[in-house]
Amino acid sequence: MEILEKSNSWAAHRPDSSAAAAVKAAFPATIPVLTGYICLGMAFGILIQTSGYGVGWALLMSVVCFAGSGQFLGVTLLTAAFDPVQALLLSVMINARHIFYGLSLLGKYRGLGRAWPFLIFGLTDETFSLVSSLEPPEGISRRDFYFWITFLNYLYWIIGSVLGNLAGNFITFDTTGIDFVLTALFVVLFMEQWKKKENRPAGVIGILCAAASLALFGADNLVIPAMVLILVTLLGGRRFLCA
Amino acid sequence: MRLDPGQSAIIILMVALGVQLTRWLPFLLFPEKKELPQVVLYLGKVLPAAMMGLLVVYCLKHVTWLSSPHGALEVLAILTVVLLHRWKENVLLSIGGGTALYMLLVQVVFA
Repeated sequence: MEILEKSNSWAAHRPDSSAAAAVKAAFPATIPVLTGYICLGMAFGILIQTSGYGVGWALLMSVVCFAGSGQFLGVTLLTAAFDPVQALLLSVMINARHIFYGLSLLGKYRGLGRAWPFLIFGLTDETFSLVSSLEPPEGISRRDFYFWITFLNYLYWIIGSVLGNLAGNFITFDTTGIDFVLTALFVVLFMEQWKKKENRPAGVIGILCAAASLALFGADNLVIPAMVLILVTLLGGRRFLCA
Repeated sequence: MRLDPGQSAIIILMVALGVQLTRWLPFLLFPEKKELPQVVLYLGKVLPAAMMGLLVVYCLKHVTWLSSPHGALEVLAILTVVLLHRWKENVLLSIGGGTALYMLLVQVVFA
């Protein structure tokens, strides 16, 4: 008993080393997001700058929103007639896919204590795909591992949007096509899901429902119909998919 | 036309509120103490793979399949990602290799 207490207090006195270990474990997983977020964040920073908003505004929006498509929508709304109710509704619709992320992570995010409000705050496409596909390595707690993934991604996004706003005009390196890094990330994480045989039907359902929705509703309206199709198919096929 | 600072701040907060509503909704519906229904546990198991499929399609939504270049760049780059990943299973190599090829195709070959 005494030994147990001793070892516990010993561990409690070394928070820094465990935080360092968690960052070391989380960082490699976030490198693709680092690339993607710096570029996308910069694109956002440039866009909002050309609409007449300086670096303080870019920073504010990235800190409080932390959402790619949401912030690009936000810039459009800032240059239109003032309509806060419409802004709220459009934002909910554009970001509706996040609802499924939360639904998927209800179990995984239980019992994570103080970290959880921040984990939910920062649940972007990219954070979700990493968190839902990866388990922490031995010796790293789930809370620390997922916290650092979320926090690093948040930092990348903020840094990217500030950089873009300040220095967007000075970039001479041709970055056309670098946003493919996020497509590649999702492809790799899809393959990681595919490794488990029981995930395969759901993966195929996701692709087919999204493709059908794209064909029927077009590129700008594909997400919500695709979510409905996916939900209906998954629930309807539950008996087959569960086995 | 540019909104005044107060209006701008309100719009930004509204967008942020919309984002956060979509992220919090499931956690508000099923708080920590509440036991998760079987159907929610089931969705938690199958949704990640389905959503990853949706995200891949979402990233390709602007590809013109019916007119030139018929998505050739994306197909080649994704094929590269898949082959690299099956070969080495190194996430950074797969993503970096596919992205580098895509940039080369879009900037040089199909420019």
